[in-house]
Amino acid sequence: MNGQVHGYHGVAVRIAGCGKTFGDGTRALEPVSLDIARGETLVLLGPSGCGKTTLLRMVAGLETPDSGGRIFFNDADVTHVPIEQRNVGMVFQSYALFPNMNVADNIAYGLKFRGTSAQERTARVAELVALTGIEGLEHRRIDQLSGGQRQRVALARAVAVRPSVLLLDEPLTALDAALRERLRSELNRLLRTLGITAIYVTHDQAEAMALGDRIVVMRKGAIAQVGAPRDIYFAPASRFVAEFVGAANILEGVSSSGTLTLRGGRLAIEKTSVEGPALAMVRPESIAIVAAGNASLTGEVTSVSFVGDRQRLSVSGAADRTIMVDVPNTLMVKAGDRVGLSVDPSAIRLLPKGEA
Amino acid sequence: MRDRLIFSGQLLFTLLIAAFLIVPAALSMLAGVTANYFRGISSGFTLQWIVQVWDLYADTIGRSFLIAGTTLIVTLVIGVPAAYALHVRGGRTSRAIEEIITLPLAIPGLAIALALLLTYNGFSDFRRSWLFILTGHVVFTLPFMVRSVMAIFSAIDVKTLDESASSLGASPLRRFLDVIVPNARPGILAGSLMVVTLSLGEFNLTWMLHTPLTKTLPVGLADSYASMRLEVASAYTLVFFVMIIPLLIAMQMFATWGEVRK
Amino acid sequence: MRLKTFVWLCLLPLAVVVLAFFVLPMVRLMIVGGSGPQGLAAYAAILTEPRYRATLINTVVLATATTIVSLVIATIAGLFLQRTRFPGRSVLVAMLTFPLAFPGVVVGFMIILLAGRQGLIGELTLPVLGEKLVFAYTIQGLFLGYLYFSIPRVILTIMAAVEKLDPSLEEAARALGAGPWAVHRDVILPALGPAFVASGAIAFATAMGAFGTAFTLATNIDVLPMLIYTEFTLSANIAISAALSVGLGLVAWAVLALARSFGGNSVAAAG
Repeated sequence: MNGQVHGYHGVAVRIAGCGKTFGDGTRALEPVSLDIARGETLVLLGPSGCGKTTLLRMVAGLETPDSGGRIFFNDADVTHVPIEQRNVGMVFQSYALFPNMNVADNIAYGLKFRGTSAQERTARVAELVALTGIEGLEHRRIDQLSGGQRQRVALARAVAVRPSVLLLDEPLTALDAALRERLRSELNRLLRTLGITAIYVTHDQAEAMALGDRIVVMRKGAIAQVGAPRDIYFAPASRFVAEFVGAANILEGVSSSGTLTLRGGRLAIEKTSVEGPALAMVRPESIAIVAAGNASLTGEVTSVSFVGDRQRLSVSGAADRTIMVDVPNTLMVKAGDRVGLSVDPSAIRLLPKGEA
Repeated sequence: MRDRLIFSGQLLFTLLIAAFLIVPAALSMLAGVTANYFRGISSGFTLQWIVQVWDLYADTIGRSFLIAGTTLIVTLVIGVPAAYALHVRGGRTSRAIEEIITLPLAIPGLAIALALLLTYNGFSDFRRSWLFILTGHVVFTLPFMVRSVMAIFSAIDVKTLDESASSLGASPLRRFLDVIVPNARPGILAGSLMVVTLSLGEFNLTWMLHTPLTKTLPVGLADSYASMRLEVASAYTLVFFVMIIPLLIAMQMFATWGEVRK
Repeated sequence: MRLKTFVWLCLLPLAVVVLAFFVLPMVRLMIVGGSGPQGLAAYAAILTEPRYRATLINTVVLATATTIVSLVIATIAGLFLQRTRFPGRSVLVAMLTFPLAFPGVVVGFMIILLAGRQGLIGELTLPVLGEKLVFAYTIQGLFLGYLYFSIPRVILTIMAAVEKLDPSLEEAARALGAGPWAVHRDVILPALGPAFVASGAIAFATAMGAFGTAFTLATNIDVLPMLIYTEFTLSANIAISAALSVGLGLVAWAVLALARSFGGNSVAAAG
């Protein structure tokens, strides 16, 4: 895909108090409010059933929010504007390419409803074919395309109409792992190139962090946390977010004047207002293995897994449960060794207790 | 607003079509129990026409049941083992055999009847008995039984069941009786309902094959439409409906029950 | 005994019955068709003899008209019924598919009740037009009868196909700006194409071979099955009727083979 800037950025999207209850009574989404800046890529991340797809479909116009909810594109209230007139670009999980049309006709389809001439359409299709890297496929039928090719056609079709907002519903989920990673970076580049406002739904946290300017972590129909990828990763607001985005050790201990006391020792922590029993989150890669002799926190290695680029250790006795530690793949350590654990105070995050 | 209009329009259209189909059926059922069709319901309800139908056509009703029941037994005995054999063998010959037994569905009943007549006219005893009609019905309904049973065989993966039974030492016959048939029950039931319904309503074949002494209900119906007064013909049709409707409901319930179980 | 032997035994009764009561008779039919006074030319008679040709054209036109009209009706009603929910919907569906089990004769009787000399339509038009509209025994009545048994079959197939439509295709079209008519034209109807071919072929084949309905209604109308019947029973032209039957069978089989290649599971031709 080439790097030409295409000069339009889409609209700013404002979601105000939008919830969704379906006809049979299921509450798919609690009222949420979000502000998406022009040109921003916002990722909705969460397990299935968390309401992320429902939210996306409401922005698209395929679902209407419960009464009281509003959706704005820039300053225009589009809550009751049907999808046909909202000028959104939508990429479906199954791509939804029209099997009765070839690639070029698929891409040009939306342009037919916007008063373009045949020449304009041909030119625009050529632009998009170049942008998405599918030269030579224009006259193929859909069933002759591979998964990766179909994904690009779906993208080209959605972008062809110069949409106000690009909506992507798990576009990479249907692909195998290797292809997914490759397309992920291409997709990222495309979104940056176009500079368009995009809302991207996924359950894959690596994808979310690679693509999103901000991530909205969702759970059971409500927002768990909103923030930039780094904030979500290093400063999760709850246990759920901590465990959903990357691996996390959640330890029970007692916090008292700058020290966290665990079963097998103590760790220094940053200044905090939390005193008394606390939950601490530490990521496996933040823990270093040191000699047991001088360490303030010690434990025993119960298992070593060689994963290739690193080793994952299970250490017991240091806390109320087994701690996962990621160490370099060259470190000589074996089950049964007594080790010390060292953690930078800034990498320890205290979480609110008592969460379902 | 426009959506409302479209909905109402489509509803009206569909109701019209449904009326086209149902109104005459309802009329005929009504006429069968009305004293005088032309004077309408005001002339009163009566069972005299049904009694008359019974006097005139009781033998056709009985014969239809006889043929339907025998057709069912024959198709079960022939069709279920054959479905098993075809499923297990697979391959091109099985495909070809399936094609051949399905041909009677494509070829008009008239043609099949003609073919049977030309071949078996010489065997006058056979040709004059109800067994002659039976052969026509069997040929016509057999593909339904076979296909229904084969469908259930693929759905329950009968090959694996067969293999595990054989690994435990059961002979082919024992496996067939103890494992294959009991597990194929839904398909056998669905096929049976289909066979009976089709046999009871079969006309094209039966008309050509029948003699004055081997009339079935549909043949009798054709008779009555041509020569009897409207009320009698309607009463006769009503009897037919009463026989058929429970079967149709059973098939419908069976189909949805099968869906739910999935 | 070995499995192979058992399997052969299982197949034997079927083989015997089908050979004796179907294959053999059909072969005999084909032979008889070519052994009359005209010899093998009897097979061409359907096209060369003016009376037969007229009957053939009648039948084909009737079957084609039935197919097209029932497809249109079934699509409108089928799309509507499959995609909306309202109280009484399942009753409506049952009413539309109930006539599936009617033999052709009963269908003929239904038409007589509607459009015969004492039919409902006649009673309704008397006060309005001053005369009774009676058309059961004309080609229009026959057409109505053919529609009567075609609509339930076609509607079932269409409704099953509508159920399997992928909603995301329609949503994608709408997202790109397509209005309802465009969505139908560009997405829904093309997706239903195979179902149209399958059910249309079944409707056509059934109409071509329909005997019972024509028998009850047709006094003057010539359709192929009636022609075969009269040639056999009234004129004793056995060879001709055999040849015509073989021809009719071939056409019906060819059309249905086409239907199967589009994946349709056939409902029986019976009418």
